[in-house]
Amino acid sequence: MIEEPLVATVLDAALRTGGDFAEVFVEDRRSSSGRLDDGRIEELGSGRSRGAGIRVVAGETTGFAHTADLSEPGLLAAAAAAAAAARGGGGGVRTVDLDRVEASPQPIGTRPEEVAKATKVELLRRADEAARAAGDGVRQVSASYGDSRRRILVANSDGLLAADDQTRTLFVVGVVASGDTGMQTGRRSVGHTTGFELFDRYQVEDLAREAADQALTKLRARPAPSGALPVVIGPGGGGVLFHEACGHGLEADHVQKDVSVFAGRVGERVASPLVSIVDDGTLAGEWGTVAIDDEGTPAGRNVLIEDGVLTDYLWDRLRADKAGRAVSGNGRRQSYQHLPMVRMTNTYLTAGDSDPDDIVADTPDGIYVAHLGGGQVNTATGDFVFGMTEAYLIEDGRITEPLREGNLIGNGPKVLELIDAVGNDFAMGPPGTCGKDGQGVPVGDGVPSLRVTELTVGGTAA
Amino acid sequence: MSELLDIADRVIGSARPGEQVEVVVGRSTSTEVRVYGGEVEQFASATSAGIGVRVVSGHRQGFAHAGTLDDDVLAETLAEARDNATFATDDEWLGLAEPDGVPVPELDLYRPGVDAVATEDKIQLAIDLERAVRAADRRIAGVDAADYADGVSEGVVVTTTGIRTVSRDANCYVSVSCVASDGDDTQTGFGFSVGRLPSELDVEAAAADASDRATRLLGATKPSSGRVTVVLDPYVTAQFLGIIGSILSGEAVLKGRSLFAERLGEEVAAPVLTLVDDPTNTLAYTASETDGEGLASRRNVLIDGGRLERFVHNAYTARRAGTTSTGNAVRGFASTPGVGCRALSLAPGAKDQAALLADVGEGVLISSVSGLHSGVNPVSGDFSTGAQGLCIAGGELGAPLREFTIASTLQRMLAEVAAVGSDLEWLPMRAAGLSLVVRDVTVSGS
Repeated sequence: MIEEPLVATVLDAALRTGGDFAEVFVEDRRSSSGRLDDGRIEELGSGRSRGAGIRVVAGETTGFAHTADLSEPGLLAAAAAAAAAARGGGGGVRTVDLDRVEASPQPIGTRPEEVAKATKVELLRRADEAARAAGDGVRQVSASYGDSRRRILVANSDGLLAADDQTRTLFVVGVVASGDTGMQTGRRSVGHTTGFELFDRYQVEDLAREAADQALTKLRARPAPSGALPVVIGPGGGGVLFHEACGHGLEADHVQKDVSVFAGRVGERVASPLVSIVDDGTLAGEWGTVAIDDEGTPAGRNVLIEDGVLTDYLWDRLRADKAGRAVSGNGRRQSYQHLPMVRMTNTYLTAGDSDPDDIVADTPDGIYVAHLGGGQVNTATGDFVFGMTEAYLIEDGRITEPLREGNLIGNGPKVLELIDAVGNDFAMGPPGTCGKDGQGVPVGDGVPSLRVTELTVGGTAA
Repeated sequence: MSELLDIADRVIGSARPGEQVEVVVGRSTSTEVRVYGGEVEQFASATSAGIGVRVVSGHRQGFAHAGTLDDDVLAETLAEARDNATFATDDEWLGLAEPDGVPVPELDLYRPGVDAVATEDKIQLAIDLERAVRAADRRIAGVDAADYADGVSEGVVVTTTGIRTVSRDANCYVSVSCVASDGDDTQTGFGFSVGRLPSELDVEAAAADASDRATRLLGATKPSSGRVTVVLDPYVTAQFLGIIGSILSGEAVLKGRSLFAERLGEEVAAPVLTLVDDPTNTLAYTASETDGEGLASRRNVLIDGGRLERFVHNAYTARRAGTTSTGNAVRGFASTPGVGCRALSLAPGAKDQAALLADVGEGVLISSVSGLHSGVNPVSGDFSTGAQGLCIAGGELGAPLREFTIASTLQRMLAEVAAVGSDLEWLPMRAAGLSLVVRDVTVSGS
């Protein structure tokens, strides 16, 4: 991407106004995508972006500038802009000696850029055909394919030099079904930090049929109940609950500004003893997996809650330095145009001992949620909300009728206390994009079957 | 600006006979300041630019984009778009926009000056904002972010079909989020002010909004479940309009994803409701002289007195629907044009919020909603979101409420609009807000 001596020159320039810390982040990203909708291959797209983000930290102030110009003058101009925004007391000349950190990118079987476009297009057609064959009620099908290769290089004034090469491949199917009760939607997506071998592991026909079945089933759904009820969440379908209800509140930037309900509670019991939550950027091939974070720190497996006790928060460099502790590999950014901040990678609740069938059988009346949609949390109060995209009634310990969509709401710390059963059937969920402060990054999540004794279900039925 | 046109012209010059080529070039400069504890926490300044190339050849479309304007990349982008087109399905309606005779309005969206304001003055606005929030109420426990940001963006669209338009705008804003505490209870609030020059920003009003939003919810409890009349605060109404706008997209209609597909000319809302999309209104944050395909922006009445009048279209969906583009192509340089509403507003009514509350008597004021993107399905119409607000009792605001949901369907909410407020305000999104009274909404609490 850029040569090592130039990186060192740029770091020297960035420190010229007396900054305590300087960093160069270089990114070269290529992507390709295909979209089928309404029976037509509407478009194939290709994208390319490359550039560098330079930050300088002086005291409590961070200066940042980015440029798409990777020539020496372009980089030096960005370094000067970042340095001007963060002036330190001293100034002068400092020389940085770089020391390369070894990190192994995720192994890639088949490079997506070496796969013929026609092969990618064929996947879209196969998904369309399978979804339309799934039932008479199927009215509309969309399918999209995407791959990206993101090469990054990070160097900083502590002498760190590290690189990663991240390839992700994604496939999504959306179905609209229509019947006497109106229209309903179904959706399935798979995505991994892997190459085109994704399609050895998943058949697009299966995804298409599952999306169609979800939409068709919801045609006979009744309105979701309203009020507080026991909720059983299926394996892999509800990791977003822990991402929202607890993960964001454990990000050290929220904690240090005291806008997290978990601030100052390390060592305390914050959840039911059945609950252990881990953030792990090293899980092979998962959507949120990286070799290094966007500050050059190798990804790690970080236990956040162990048997109900809060053990640690998630850290980036800025926040860890302030607390005088080690980084955890959670400094991430959307692109070279963004500053890194504390972000999750793959966040999950570990498996328990219960038989998932017993969890449902022991629930006289409640809701079974097979798939949750997106969610949102207020970290300061812990109040969260997320959508149910596939849910059923539980009556007399049995899963019965499908329910229309609705939101679930609750309070993070309260819900963690109210988990009274955790299954032995752990599964990772679909790929996600986590939004924070206007930046989106790929994240994974996972859960085994579990039961929350009470969540507020926001349906329209009495 | 002429530099961007030169780049676009150069790529267009490489078009081959029989192919249509569209080039979109965008460039923006921005400044972002975040203040914390009276000090600058972050200061970012940036210029970014990019190009998007669309090729339509033999009724097939291909696209490529790049986040740089380097010469080698420009040629590669055109070649990629051309290659991508060969894999698309033949579609007789495909084609670029063509000049339609509607003159491009001259709007006052760019004022030289943002770049002339000293950095220190921009930082001072954020410092003043943080201080004003802290001083607003003794229960304000913290300000987690006080921001100032500005940006100037320029764009050109040039096609082989005769489109050659430029647009430029500048805007800036301050925004703040804060935490209020009283005993064990914690609540959050936010406030902002937007303008085209820093001198237009109202720091005091933004601070007061943030403080009020946080403190008025202290002591909030869960309401009991039931069906009630709600009054949506302007900010919530604007978010609701954004969803209604997506149902009126010509693309959703053509592809069988709009619940209004068969209802043109019918009553779809209460008679008090008139919905207009007007990106030529310079008060709108998203006002712009042209749309994403370079056609003139224009005012479109979508719902008139409750009657569905019109869907919005870009060149492709219009051609396929047998009509003309309404100037509603929306995109950045990194994507092909979609279809979307650009600056929605409701025709305001006669009464302010206080008068509406007095008319309602008993109900719930919804001051904010969360989880709109996950709880509302614009295809089925199912609507369910988390909410916070205040009880309305005896025609006045009463006790604060939290941790509940409101649910209905979009169809029913539109039909049950009982009154539209007079308190229209433009917000930093594709819609304006005002108070809206909606009957028969299900509240789920305890």
